Amino acid sequence: MKSLDDLKKIREAAAQKMSMREQKDGYRVVVGMATCGITAGARPVLNALVEEVSKRNLLNVTVTQVGCMGQCALEPIVEVYNTVGERTTYCRVKEKDAQRIITEHVIGGKVVEDLLITKFLK
Amino acid sequence: MNELSLYILDIVQNSIKADSKNIIINITEDIKNDLLAIEIIDDGKGMNEAMLAKVTDPFFTSRLTRRVGLGIPIFKELCETCLGSFQIESQEKKGTRLIGTLKYSNMDRPPMGNIVDTIYTLMINDEEVDITYNHSVNNKKFTLNTKEIKQILDGVSFKQIDIMMWIKGYIKEGLQFIKEEEL
Repeated sequence: MKSLDDLKKIREAAAQKMSMREQKDGYRVVVGMATCGITAGARPVLNALVEEVSKRNLLNVTVTQVGCMGQCALEPIVEVYNTVGERTTYCRVKEKDAQRIITEHVIGGKVVEDLLITKFLK
Repeated sequence: MNELSLYILDIVQNSIKADSKNIIINITEDIKNDLLAIEIIDDGKGMNEAMLAKVTDPFFTSRLTRRVGLGIPIFKELCETCLGSFQIESQEKKGTRLIGTLKYSNMDRPPMGNIVDTIYTLMINDEEVDITYNHSVNNKKFTLNTKEIKQILDGVSFKQIDIMMWIKGYIKEGLQFIKEEEL
């Protein structure tokens, strides 16, 4: 059984990793999590993203959730902010797309064209 | 939505958006008394009487991105369908308290579903909100609050992937423990 004491140990390791990447900010991945996003399946998408980041041990990537992004019909929506804060918006993201967003975009630096919201907004 | 945990995820978003600093989520599974209660308490900006009277109306929303709000009305509807009750009280600048109960054995009651993912999704929100999560099944109780975690972390970010995965595992184990004897 885990206890909060174990967290202290993890904290030490995490603190070391943090100091290693102090210099530069990494990618930020944001998932829309309002009623529209949740009903469209945003929660498993967020969890798949987190697991992918964890599996690949990407230290400078954060995954987080926000409210409605204003395009409810196109949820789940995932936004990727690169190291200089430029935003890419993906829509109708499915759990299985999480891997591609992380490997192709976050790691590879190449936008996943077929998920771009601009394709749906004409 | 087919999981209670998704309703909870949805409702707590309102508290986050209301600029709350502290949110308490109480889930009580009192199987012996055939009752399931979900209570959300926040210290956000609250609502005046006029707004409070409207929140259960599906065609009311405070957001500007679209003209309907559905979170609270569908939860209220669910509670009532499951022979429970729904109450919301609020005070401007003080906060809001919402409590929904459902008959545990009601056929229409959705399963709790993946509450671990809900709680941890809420905990990694982008605002400065602290979340306290209390979940009891009959006499057993699991509690976790982000304030306590942040204290232990002492400056190390909550959103570090190792930390997030640990928190997820911690909640999972805690819930397994309180549910053990019931299954």
